[in-house]
Amino acid sequence: MVTLQHYLFLSAILFVLGAVGVMFRRNLIVILMSLELMLNAVNLTFIAFSRYLGSIEGQIFVLFVMVVAAAEVAVGLAVAVAVFRQKGTVDVNEINLMKW
Amino acid sequence: MIELVWLIPVFPFIGFLINGLFGRNFPEKVIGWIGALSVGASFVVALGIFLELLGMPAAQRSVQKIVFTWILSGDLNVPIGFLVDPLSMVMLLVVTGVGCLIHIYSIGYMHGELGFRRFFAYLNLFVFNMLILVAANNFLLMFVGWEGVGLCSYLLIGYYYEKQSAADAGKKAFVVNRVGDFGFLIGMFLIFVTFGSLNYLDVFPAAQEKLTQGGLMVTLITLLLFVGATGKSAQIPLYTWLPDAMEGPTPVSALIHAATMVTAGVYMVSRCSVFYAMAPVSMTTVAVIGGATALFAATMGITQFDIKRVLAYSTISQLGYMFMACGVGAFASGIFHLMTHAFFKALLFLSAGSVMHAMSGELDMRKMGALSKKIPITCTVYWFGTLAIAGIVPFAGFFSKDEILFFALVRNPAFWVLGAVAAVMTSFYMFRSLYMTFYGESRVDHETAHHVHESPPLMTVPLMVLAALSLVGGFVGVPIFEGWHRFGDFLAPVFAPAKAILEHGHHAEHHSVTMEVVLMAVSVGIAVLGWLFARWMYVTNPSASDKAVEKFGSVHTLVYNKYWMDEIYDALFVNSIVNFSKLLWKYFDEGIIDAIVNGVGSVTRGIGELLRWLQTGLVKDYAYSILLGVLVVIGYLVLK
Amino acid sequence: MIPIPEVNLGGILPALVLCLAGLVVMMLGLFIRRGAVATAAVVSIAGVLIAAAANTPLRMMDKQAFAGLINLDAYTWFFNLLILISAGLTVLTSVRYLTDDGLDMYEYFVLLLFASAGMMFMVSANHLLIVFVGLETLSIAIYVLVGILPSSKKSKEAALKYLLLGAFSSAVFLYGAALLYGSAGSLGFPELAKYFKAGQISRMAYVGMGMVLVGFAFKVAAVPFHMWTPDVYEGAPAPLTGFMSVGVKAAAFAAFVRVFFQSMLPAQMNWIEIIWLLAALTMVLGNLAAIVQDNIKRMLAYSSIAHAGYLLIGMVAGKEAGPAGMLYYLLAYTFTNLGAFGVVALVGRKGEANVMIDDYRGLAKTNPFLALAMSIFLFSLAGIPPTAGFVGKFTIFSAAINAGYIWLVVIGVLTSAASVFYYFRVVMKMYMEVPETQPAELQFSPAMLLALGIALVGVLYIGVFPTNYLNLAALSVKPLF
Repeated sequence: MVTLQHYLFLSAILFVLGAVGVMFRRNLIVILMSLELMLNAVNLTFIAFSRYLGSIEGQIFVLFVMVVAAAEVAVGLAVAVAVFRQKGTVDVNEINLMKW
Repeated sequence: MIELVWLIPVFPFIGFLINGLFGRNFPEKVIGWIGALSVGASFVVALGIFLELLGMPAAQRSVQKIVFTWILSGDLNVPIGFLVDPLSMVMLLVVTGVGCLIHIYSIGYMHGELGFRRFFAYLNLFVFNMLILVAANNFLLMFVGWEGVGLCSYLLIGYYYEKQSAADAGKKAFVVNRVGDFGFLIGMFLIFVTFGSLNYLDVFPAAQEKLTQGGLMVTLITLLLFVGATGKSAQIPLYTWLPDAMEGPTPVSALIHAATMVTAGVYMVSRCSVFYAMAPVSMTTVAVIGGATALFAATMGITQFDIKRVLAYSTISQLGYMFMACGVGAFASGIFHLMTHAFFKALLFLSAGSVMHAMSGELDMRKMGALSKKIPITCTVYWFGTLAIAGIVPFAGFFSKDEILFFALVRNPAFWVLGAVAAVMTSFYMFRSLYMTFYGESRVDHETAHHVHESPPLMTVPLMVLAALSLVGGFVGVPIFEGWHRFGDFLAPVFAPAKAILEHGHHAEHHSVTMEVVLMAVSVGIAVLGWLFARWMYVTNPSASDKAVEKFGSVHTLVYNKYWMDEIYDALFVNSIVNFSKLLWKYFDEGIIDAIVNGVGSVTRGIGELLRWLQTGLVKDYAYSILLGVLVVIGYLVLK
Repeated sequence: MIPIPEVNLGGILPALVLCLAGLVVMMLGLFIRRGAVATAAVVSIAGVLIAAAANTPLRMMDKQAFAGLINLDAYTWFFNLLILISAGLTVLTSVRYLTDDGLDMYEYFVLLLFASAGMMFMVSANHLLIVFVGLETLSIAIYVLVGILPSSKKSKEAALKYLLLGAFSSAVFLYGAALLYGSAGSLGFPELAKYFKAGQISRMAYVGMGMVLVGFAFKVAAVPFHMWTPDVYEGAPAPLTGFMSVGVKAAAFAAFVRVFFQSMLPAQMNWIEIIWLLAALTMVLGNLAAIVQDNIKRMLAYSSIAHAGYLLIGMVAGKEAGPAGMLYYLLAYTFTNLGAFGVVALVGRKGEANVMIDDYRGLAKTNPFLALAMSIFLFSLAGIPPTAGFVGKFTIFSAAINAGYIWLVVIGVLTSAASVFYYFRVVMKMYMEVPETQPAELQFSPAMLLALGIALVGVLYIGVFPTNYLNLAALSVKPLF
């Protein structure tokens, strides 16, 4: 029997995986993917709750999150391209012109 | 007339605006007179109000004039309003009167200076803020003036900003003052919490109802306010900015030291006399700090060769007296000394400026001497100032200082000893500066000697007025004779509540006339002692002071014997005192206080630098930081 | 029968006007070849003014619209106005900056208008979904704006950092929202309030609350979620930095306060201590780090972090006085900081030039007016009377003292005393030092002069006559309680 707890546990794991990805991966594209993973983990939580509570609100929220995520990734990729053009790299550890 | 009290600060502000905004093409004279007359007009108004106040019954001499409501939100109601009572009246008269004389003097003194207009604009702004400070009817407005005075002092001290030392001194003044302001602000917040108001007339009458005698709250409030006062009035440990403040033009020093700025702390403590009366711990603190500063700064004064620095340390020392007076409960005497001090200290500074003027900017007393013939007027008025500060009968300083010493003795003889020792030193270093500057052999170099000249009337007339005030200013408060102490009687209603609290449970001290007379004789004796000592060292036997120079010169047998005498004398008196003072100066002043001030600065900077290294510029580190925050927040919420 | 919820377009008219103005600019931009910036600016200003007019009826309202998703009340009114002021002033300060750099970019204004519309939704939200949508509308527009300078590496880097960390914090925020949803069954503020009032608060709800709090703390740049701020502020175009430090921050604070006071007040004991700690850390770190900065944009970035700390004190103080103090403070801060960044934009023309504090040497000699204006803005930031910044700090501090948070106020007063160090450094450079090289002639544009004039008058006027504005602020927070 797959219960609410299972879904929540899975999405929590996915969320943490995404967060770890953001912190430890160096490639910009992979980081953007990790962010997507985090957002989708959230979506999973929402859907699970929505189903569990029998309320539609969570599902509506998910639709908005998907739209926003798409916009965010679009801008993210555009910025990645712009950065790549200027610096010739997408390694975030080399992007530290501004510090201190 | 009292209704017009708002005009008093407005005039200098108008002067500031005219000179600041439109003065670009005005000739010097016009700018100068706009500045001087705007303060003069305030003085006239103040005088008018004063006369009206005198015509009123003593009990009713407290009038509030609210111009408009500044902040009104919830239970916070802060008006822009002024309080006219004997205390603020004295301050207004001193600030505008002495301020006006300094303005007039400045017209002559600053003649031909670059930035003449800037100078007068700042000067007016300075006076404006000081007037706001003393005339305000609530703590917040007082704080506005308080901050404004600090700001203007920064601008004026740093006036010659091309000189690095001047710019640094200005900054130091401002920063040290901010430390003091911190105390003031917190104290003010506590007052607001306790009373729900910041207006004097709401707060002080309710003091005994809302605060307990000797309670924690009132002690805290008064100590915090006193921190503010030490910053503004240059008391231990926040005094270091004042000697450095000499970097400004001399009239600025006169203004800061005599009429404005440094007196703010004394005024504030006196204004809150009710609070202090309720907090014995704070009273003792104020008295001890005041007494210690009086003595300590006096020892500093002995070692200085820069004429303005001598005066600077003497200001700190005299302010110490005023605080000591407040600390022993003699608030009126503190204000009395504040007034007489304003006269003679302004006089001394301005005549030092006149000397500087004559000497082409030289300040080192070792390069002066025998100037009495060449600049007789300056010399004469300097005599007046010196006699007054030393406390020689019948000059102004005698009466006020004597009164403070009397009350100190009544309260605790230890304070009297502090004050008396400081008085000897004061007399000594003031006469020392007098003799070194105007008498003895001329040590002026030839180039400068050629140009020595008396200052123009624009400068000497204000000097003469101040000299006259230094002579007669004390007669408003003659002790012993019944009804002659007009000054104290005038202020009495303001300090009556504090006095009632202080005397509660004690029998009013019986003042024996004999004791007063004896004390007076002792004070004068002390002053004369310092005088004679200085005279002997610098006139009769000048080699005593030049021993350092001669020590390495030809060691003549004949001189040797004499020298031997001197050595004993030196070892016994001069050296021990001078060396001790030098030691103090070197280790305490430069070593400890400056180190603390600089240390706080560099520690803050150091922490800032450390924090900087956290900012690596890498996204992942920023994400760590966020994650760490998330974990802490969640951990806290879950575990709680 | 399906109930059709009430549609009240009038209530969201200000935001709609801004969106429409954005679309108009976009259209015009396609057709106008030269001088698109000027046209865009004019249209934007017109849009802002019309939106301000459309905003006025909100002041008297107190109701919900769109099936309870949107709040139409005085609080919304106040923040809409604040957002419009900052958008308008930013438009004015941007024109010369853009043309100077040869950037004939009308898109800049489009994005600015869209971002402002997003903020308006955020401040009027009555549901976390609306907060989220508004937040993202504003964020995505700002990500692009930060990276808009084509030739600047710093600008691109700033955009990248902001985007990655912004998305990261959004994800945290969303996860928190999901957990709250799971606990309360709905994300509407009234439902959340009901849940928290019932007293049976689950651990999951606390975790959710914490994560939502983090999401807001990131946007307002509270320590330790502040690390992006200096880098992004340094890299972004100067006028935009002003907008971010004021408009974005105000909107984030508005939503922050609304969410926590309107829906989570019963759990106050739990979040107030966290915010206490955040406030203390933010004030200390922001001020200390600002002392060692040499780049004026970075210094002002840390200063804006520090100011977030002072604002958080208002949240801690609670009751009505605390948030009311915040509203006044934000108003004061809007004029002050936009003015300061306007000067930075004016002095630091040509992209990255003249952004060091040393570049302000002797400004008082060459441009007395500008130096005076900058000094007044800096005094206001430092909280020196009689500027608006002083009254703001005073009201917030006294609210906190009244609520018994004396130590927080002690920290606040101490750190603001320390802040004088770095604000005065700039004043010193302007008044007491001589420039090493002959500075280039500054190009004043009428728009810039107007913006600086408005900011200056604002700072002084609401500082000297604050009563009306304090009352407005007090009135505007009423709907929250």
